[in-house]
Amino acid sequence: MNLANLLNNYEEAVAMILFGIGFSNLLLQKNLIKKIIGLNIMDTAMYLFLALKGFVAGHKAPIVVDGVQSVEAYINPIPGGLVLTGIVVSVSVSALMLSLTIRLYRRYHTLDLDAITTQLKKEGL
Amino acid sequence: MAFVQNLPFISIILSLFAGPLSSILSGKKAKWVNLAVITIIGCMSAAVLGFVMQSGKPYVYMMGHFPAPWGNEIRVGLLEAAMALFFCIVMFLCMLGGSRERSLEVEEPKENLYYVMVNLLLSSLLALIYTNDLFTAYVFVEINTISACGLIMIRQNGRTIEAATRYMIMSLLGSGLFLLGICFLYDVTGHLLMSNIKEQVKILSETGTYHIPLLVSLGLMSIGLAIKSALYPFHAWLPDAYGYSTLSSAAILSSLVSKGYIFLLVKIFYRVIGFDVVRDSKVINVLFVFGIIGMIVGSIDAIKESNIRRMIAYSSIAQIGYIYMGFGLGTTAGVIASVFHIISHAATKALLFVAASGLTDASGDSTDFFDLTGAGYRNKLAGVAFTVGSLSMVGFPMFAGFISKLLFAQAGVESSHKMLMTLVALAISTVLNAVYFMKTVIRIYTPEWKAGIEKKNFTKVTAVQQPAKSVALVCFILLNLVLGLGSEPIIRLFENGLKMFA
Repeated sequence: MNLANLLNNYEEAVAMILFGIGFSNLLLQKNLIKKIIGLNIMDTAMYLFLALKGFVAGHKAPIVVDGVQSVEAYINPIPGGLVLTGIVVSVSVSALMLSLTIRLYRRYHTLDLDAITTQLKKEGL
Repeated sequence: MAFVQNLPFISIILSLFAGPLSSILSGKKAKWVNLAVITIIGCMSAAVLGFVMQSGKPYVYMMGHFPAPWGNEIRVGLLEAAMALFFCIVMFLCMLGGSRERSLEVEEPKENLYYVMVNLLLSSLLALIYTNDLFTAYVFVEINTISACGLIMIRQNGRTIEAATRYMIMSLLGSGLFLLGICFLYDVTGHLLMSNIKEQVKILSETGTYHIPLLVSLGLMSIGLAIKSALYPFHAWLPDAYGYSTLSSAAILSSLVSKGYIFLLVKIFYRVIGFDVVRDSKVINVLFVFGIIGMIVGSIDAIKESNIRRMIAYSSIAQIGYIYMGFGLGTTAGVIASVFHIISHAATKALLFVAASGLTDASGDSTDFFDLTGAGYRNKLAGVAFTVGSLSMVGFPMFAGFISKLLFAQAGVESSHKMLMTLVALAISTVLNAVYFMKTVIRIYTPEWKAGIEKKNFTKVTAVQQPAKSVALVCFILLNLVLGLGSEPIIRLFENGLKMFA
């Protein structure tokens, strides 16, 4: 029963697996660039999930054409709006993380966050 | 509709626009713009508070006159207005107290950028307080994170950049979980406005449908916000971020940024999920346990620390633990204690940071514990202020910290099966607090000749030499006394405010 549910909703399951991959990469990777890649996978998984939630099979994109205004004709537009907002947030956050990475790399010539911490402790700043 | 009702929206938008405006001004002008904006918003929040007190009921402000399921909303009640006013006061004092350090530590051409960050931070805090829409809350959580990261790294050295990176990583993990929680909730309820979600959640919990998704969503949102506000196992970034950033950043971060997230969590508990559902779920037990561990581990770390700034930062972890323990009790009395602790900790921690920097100024800018010997004699006002802050943290009567400890203990006694753990944890944590704070107070009032320490770069600092910092310190001490001595009306205000949340 549960397995059948899972198979019927395999898209959502994929989104959650992707979220897990992204989350654990962001948490566990030492390399800063890999962390940022993990962040982007995590965010993208969320957009996939949201897009799936707005989709209704057989309905069209929510753009009014030929004067058809019935609710039955279109998919839910709100998740689309949320995804757009989420993308904007994700872009700015990634940009900030990348700029921080550049700063750290110029100073310490490594992308390994733990190595940077060790160097900092040696500096005793 | 009275004009006053527009003020919450105007205050958000005013600080939001002051941010970009500061980017084209010179550092000095941006500073005045910032102080003016904080003052104006404080006055407006006070007016809103007065209005809500008079009318006695909360009101909803429709953005762009779109009615409920479509439009975005701002909701104002007693608690929201009071928090906005209080945040403005603390932020103003933090900016005032740290102005000398900012001019020393922030590079001249980048000074106005600092005010961009502060203005955006204020606007996001106000939006977190006032918004009635979960997704708007998420967006402003991110704005809050980004501007807080800017506040950390404005002082350019390896430590702060590393601290900012770690802060960003942990915050992003938290906001990822928070967003996932919102998505689940939107999925099962079909709404994003808090009031509408609550209606749906009520129906769902009565019929028992979608029980697990609701529980998962509540758990994800709680854990996400707990990560962002540095609850115990997620606190690794905190000491560096607070310990090495410039003074006003450290004070603002510890007293306001983490509190904004916690206030949002209170709103989610009361306005989105409903406190009955939250109490019946097991999520609050998790928060309770980690809160208690945080109270003890944070204090032990603080005892081991010899850098005074980092010591105060570790103490923040313990205090955040108190707040989550209050949530974990699962009673309204516990939440009131937590909300009171939000403001009492904000007033005290900012005071401690500013006072500690006054002490280090008199000790050749060294933050080392032993170099502070006798600093209370060299900078008298900072010494007194640090003592007041320490006594408040330990829970000495007359000061703000005492009232929150009393409220926690009373709330603990009311809840039958968590009573013992709460009281034991409070007792242990108070003793540990007393160990490191009193140790520091005794150290700063030990004359140098007695301790046998010889240092040449010790200087005397009088209150007149640093007027801004002195004014800030005096105001913080007064704020602590007001919270400690006049707590009765404030607690009643919180009670009424929480009732309005329902």
